[in-house]
Amino acid sequence: MNPVRNQNNPVRKQDISNGVNYVIIGNSASGIASVEAIREYDRKGKITVISNEAQFNYSRPLISYLLGKKVPMERMPFQARDFYKDNKIDLILNKEATKLDLERKYVILADGGKIPFDKLLIATGGRPIVPEIKGMNLNGVFTFTNLDDAQRIERHIKANRVKRAVVLGGGLIGLKATEALIELKIKIAIVELADRILSATFDRKASRIIETALEKIDCRVIANNTIVEIKGRNNQVEEVILKDKKRIPAELVIIAIGVSPNVELAKNSSIKMNKGVLADNFMRTNILDVYAAGDCSEARDCLLGKNRPIAIWPAAKRQGKIAGFNMAGMKREYQGSFAMNSVELCGIPTISLGQTLSEGKDCRILEHFDKNKAIYKKIVLKKGMIIGIIFVNDIERAGIYAGLIKDKVDVSGFQENLLKEDFGFISLPKGYRKHLVTGEVSTL
Amino acid sequence: MGCRLCEVHCLVQHSKTKNIIKAYKGEYPKPTPRIIVEEKGYVSFALQCRHCEDAPCLEACITGALYRDKKIGAVLLDEDKCVGCWMCIMVCPFGVISRNVEGKKIASKCDLCMGEEIPVCVKNCPNGAIVYEEKK
Repeated sequence: MNPVRNQNNPVRKQDISNGVNYVIIGNSASGIASVEAIREYDRKGKITVISNEAQFNYSRPLISYLLGKKVPMERMPFQARDFYKDNKIDLILNKEATKLDLERKYVILADGGKIPFDKLLIATGGRPIVPEIKGMNLNGVFTFTNLDDAQRIERHIKANRVKRAVVLGGGLIGLKATEALIELKIKIAIVELADRILSATFDRKASRIIETALEKIDCRVIANNTIVEIKGRNNQVEEVILKDKKRIPAELVIIAIGVSPNVELAKNSSIKMNKGVLADNFMRTNILDVYAAGDCSEARDCLLGKNRPIAIWPAAKRQGKIAGFNMAGMKREYQGSFAMNSVELCGIPTISLGQTLSEGKDCRILEHFDKNKAIYKKIVLKKGMIIGIIFVNDIERAGIYAGLIKDKVDVSGFQENLLKEDFGFISLPKGYRKHLVTGEVSTL
Repeated sequence: MGCRLCEVHCLVQHSKTKNIIKAYKGEYPKPTPRIIVEEKGYVSFALQCRHCEDAPCLEACITGALYRDKKIGAVLLDEDKCVGCWMCIMVCPFGVISRNVEGKKIASKCDLCMGEEIPVCVKNCPNGAIVYEEKK
């Protein structure tokens, strides 16, 4: 019944006499997607999933919902417990894979355990970027990327009756943390180095709508600034000092300046990497039988036409799935992904797709801005195609646009309709409609 | 012909009371139709979830709320699990998932009228324009 494997497995090379021995390092979106794909074709092969976390399964994007008490712990898994049993997965929890022996083909765990593999998937995800700031090690300073973080923050809030918090970084993670803390009635100041929040995807107008909404609920947004020191008393956070010498009292500081691919494991090996582990269109690394997927990898960005990390859930799932198919011997090609996200803040839904900030000579911008309703829609066109979208407060049917970006549809014939209120499936060229309805939908 | 009867029947089917007047006038949260009727000039059609074989929404769902029904292959939503993150709306190339924000924020999509022999939009289309067939 219990799929958790016992510790200290001795190496037994070829301990599976029939079938492939798959090992997946990482138990999140891409790792699990690979398992599903492998099992579509290979019911027999042995699958081992190694996770450095204790929870049998949970959805990382949900940690802000957990902290904000919108989702209880029992709803954190995105797969049922039975999934591991039904798919005959040997799940190793709470163990860090620290080294790879690529020649003899086994994974070495922190406790010395050795896990042999025939096919390996590196799906180690991302990890928070931690800046060097004086006072980072004080109690009450946290990053916010995994379940442990969320639980530690929750305990800290309870134990110290936290009333005020500073969030460093007005990107996606910072704002998700903010959203959760708002739910807990904590007063927040967001400190952002750029001139606006969500600066990687939002332009000034879009950011302004969210900033205004945040200010309305008494959440400060301090742009063009950063923390230079965190001060404390008795090892507890007391205040942060900003670049402009301003001081903000706080009992909690959340560091959310970004994530980078977690590539520790590949670092001292012959696996090729850039920021992330390089994966080709079959999610293969440069080493035979070693694959990479998800936030730790750099796979194809189909808009930019090059490999780069795209740390988003749907891309991780897709990459994991493609990796799994290829590991199981079913050749499937990854069509690439592009940056996209859906974030709701202060009750304002937003969706951004692709290259939202391009504004070169060859770009054309279509815009709809309704100040009263706080609705903003922007479309970036290049060579007759949509390359970027920002939708704030009206996201209905956004996926149609995502499809147009992904499929590189020439929209010049109907671009005047793109921002009309009744824009819909019917506005698309007949040929493309037919392709969508009859053909296989190309997955994003 | 754009009569929108499918929309009416769909809304009623997804109401608590299954009574047209109560569904439209007295229910909270107000039920939503899962079918979209689009019209332009003389062209009109009804559009609902295609239950794609390689469904982008299934990959985008962060909670596992969207799932593939094992029996008939439909893409269904577990409303209790849905947190209204709208990732599915972001990736559906047909634009047939919408937000239902009347009560708890959740996605709203066609469920092929699970439990019914055939979906009500099909049954009640006076023109026979909506068909329900299994594809292998």
